[in-house]
Amino acid sequence: MASVSPEYALLLAGVLFCLGLVGVIVRRNLLFILLCVEIMLNSAGLAFVVAGARWGQPDGQVMFIFLLTMAAAEVAVGLALLILHFNRRKTLNADMMGGG
Amino acid sequence: MLSWIWCIPALPFAGFLVLAVFGGRLSRTLTAVIGAGSVGLSFLAAAAASALFVSYPPAGSSFTLLLWQWVNMSGFSPAISFTLDSLSVVMILVVTGVGFLIHLYSTRFMLDEEGYSRFFAYMNLFVGSMLILVMAENLLLLYLGWEGVGLCSYLLIGFWYTDPENGRSARKAFIVTRIGDVSLSVALFIIATTLGTLDVREIAQKATAMWPVGSTLAVATAALLLGGAVGKSAQLPLQTWLPDAMAGPSPVSALIHAATMVTAGVYLIARTHVLFQLAPAVLLAVAIIGAAGILIAGLSATTQRNIKRILAYSTMSQLGYMFLALGVGAWSGAIFHLVTHAFFKSLLFLGAGVVILAMNHEHDVFAMGGMARKSPFTFWTFLIGAFALAAIPPTTAGLSSKDQILSQAWQSGSAGKVFWALGIAGAFVTSVYIFRLVFIVFGGKPRAAAPAGHGHGAPSGAGVAAGKDGMQAGAVMGLPLFLLAVLCLVGGFLSFPQFLGGKPILVGFLQTTLPQGSVAVESSVQTEWMLSIVAEAASLLGIPVAWLIVRRRLRMPATAAASVDNAAHVRFLQSGWGFDWLYDRVLVKPFMLLAKVNARDVVDRFFDGVGGLNMLLSRGLRWTQNGRVRWYAAGAAAGAVLIVAAVVLL
Repeated sequence: MASVSPEYALLLAGVLFCLGLVGVIVRRNLLFILLCVEIMLNSAGLAFVVAGARWGQPDGQVMFIFLLTMAAAEVAVGLALLILHFNRRKTLNADMMGGG
Repeated sequence: MLSWIWCIPALPFAGFLVLAVFGGRLSRTLTAVIGAGSVGLSFLAAAAASALFVSYPPAGSSFTLLLWQWVNMSGFSPAISFTLDSLSVVMILVVTGVGFLIHLYSTRFMLDEEGYSRFFAYMNLFVGSMLILVMAENLLLLYLGWEGVGLCSYLLIGFWYTDPENGRSARKAFIVTRIGDVSLSVALFIIATTLGTLDVREIAQKATAMWPVGSTLAVATAALLLGGAVGKSAQLPLQTWLPDAMAGPSPVSALIHAATMVTAGVYLIARTHVLFQLAPAVLLAVAIIGAAGILIAGLSATTQRNIKRILAYSTMSQLGYMFLALGVGAWSGAIFHLVTHAFFKSLLFLGAGVVILAMNHEHDVFAMGGMARKSPFTFWTFLIGAFALAAIPPTTAGLSSKDQILSQAWQSGSAGKVFWALGIAGAFVTSVYIFRLVFIVFGGKPRAAAPAGHGHGAPSGAGVAAGKDGMQAGAVMGLPLFLLAVLCLVGGFLSFPQFLGGKPILVGFLQTTLPQGSVAVESSVQTEWMLSIVAEAASLLGIPVAWLIVRRRLRMPATAAASVDNAAHVRFLQSGWGFDWLYDRVLVKPFMLLAKVNARDVVDRFFDGVGGLNMLLSRGLRWTQNGRVRWYAAGAAAGAVLIVAAVVLL
């Protein structure tokens, strides 16, 4: 299996993270914000895996599995809140959340 | 044998407690019995203790009763303990004896006043504090009594508190004497830290062993003690409170001026005379203060219109004699004059009280007159008091004590002659002001505002017994006057001048506590005669001079009299040499200005600034908390970028 040099992999992780971040800031729809957060989480996971592969340690993959579990839990809670919020306000616009 | 002497101060305190707790619910009769009775019993106890002390002198001619340990720290353990030695025996007899007569007088004098029990509670506390002061074995306990006396003077001067002016006088007395108190407390700190004790006798021993004559510490300590004495005894430069202390009822003036309070300073110096002997410069200052006080106060007294202010300045002048005596080392002479002064000054004040009541609370002497015919008894007793004050026979009280002071001043070195001359001048002035008072108040016919039906239906309830002419004082007020007059007549025999065939009983008795001073230098009988005759001539000369002054003044038409009263030098003397004015300009005004400037708390401005800055910052940051999730996310991202950038770049 041809190995990818860690620099490129980290660059990819960085780009993914920035994309997710920009998405979180730019999108107004709560659902998309949640998705973007997932992208950011996965980019962090990717960075872990790359780092683990670079030093030949299992810790990176352990960390990634841990991260996946956490992301699943987070999405479950996040989606539940989202539905609750939608039922109350009939909107998913994040800017309409505070105050008014 | 003497182990029960604790009850001498305890009795007035018990009276105070009972009156303070149950005062409002007791009848006036019972209040009077408790108020005067407690002091009377205390006098009996003091007399019994004195008799025992004289007949069975304790070892070392002093008896110390240790009640309990007050504070116990390493190197500093003052006790609650009372000492009976010749000095304190004399003092407790004067305080309780004269104090009792004043209390007896007050039972009638104050009868129609509001706050009868409050008055006696304060008076008892006053006497109790003074007894603590004179019986204290160590200076810390003395200081307790000292402060108690100061507190009571405040309470009693402001007794008629509904008039704000009286409250002002009371505060003035308290604050001015407080300056002296601070000085005294600093002296105590120095003594306690350097000598490690506050016990008077140990201080005397250690100080003589550790401090050479004229050493800085000795001079500083003596000067600070003098500061305390000057404040309490109303001497220069802290004398301004005394004339204003006249705001209180007349018996209070008598008690403050005669038996207690002002004599405390004289007692303090006599008690710590060893320290003063180690500081000759301070001793000289004591004499100078005294001599200056005699004349300054005496001359002020000659122009006063208020009968009680005349007597107040007279007290300052007489205390000047005591200070002069202390200054020239005539310790026992000073105490002797203290005793005789207590007799005649309380007599004069109580007599003045009767006059004031008869005149319906009129204090202006020029509104009085003809009192001799209206109340001959008051007149004769007052006259005896005046003779005693001016040191003129047949009274012996002032005569022998002043004679002793002047002759000892004469013998004390080169400066002594000057002091003697000032004392003689003071004797002349004394005679002038007191006979001016006598001639105006008792001579002639009733003047101006003599209110009809004196004493009856007065708004504040003048307490003169029967409106009949004659002995207006009534038996209860007359008896103290009579007894004090008798004491004035014979009191001088306590230590009658030797060249006149007298015996120095009191001085000899005091010898165990106070050194003889310059008495040891026996002067010839001729000198003594000469000195006495000069002093007597000066005093006698004052009577015709006073008569001339009064006659001229009373014959003037009203406008001329007013213009005389408004003359600059008269007003200067009337204001007590302008000390009040000076202090007002130098101390009070700048202080008030400072207070006004600082009324809005200059220091607080800094803390207000800190608060304002925080408010400003919070206003700047407030817009970030806008509740918009995406802004928060952007903020967090920006922060992260910043941190990462910092980590990478730095």
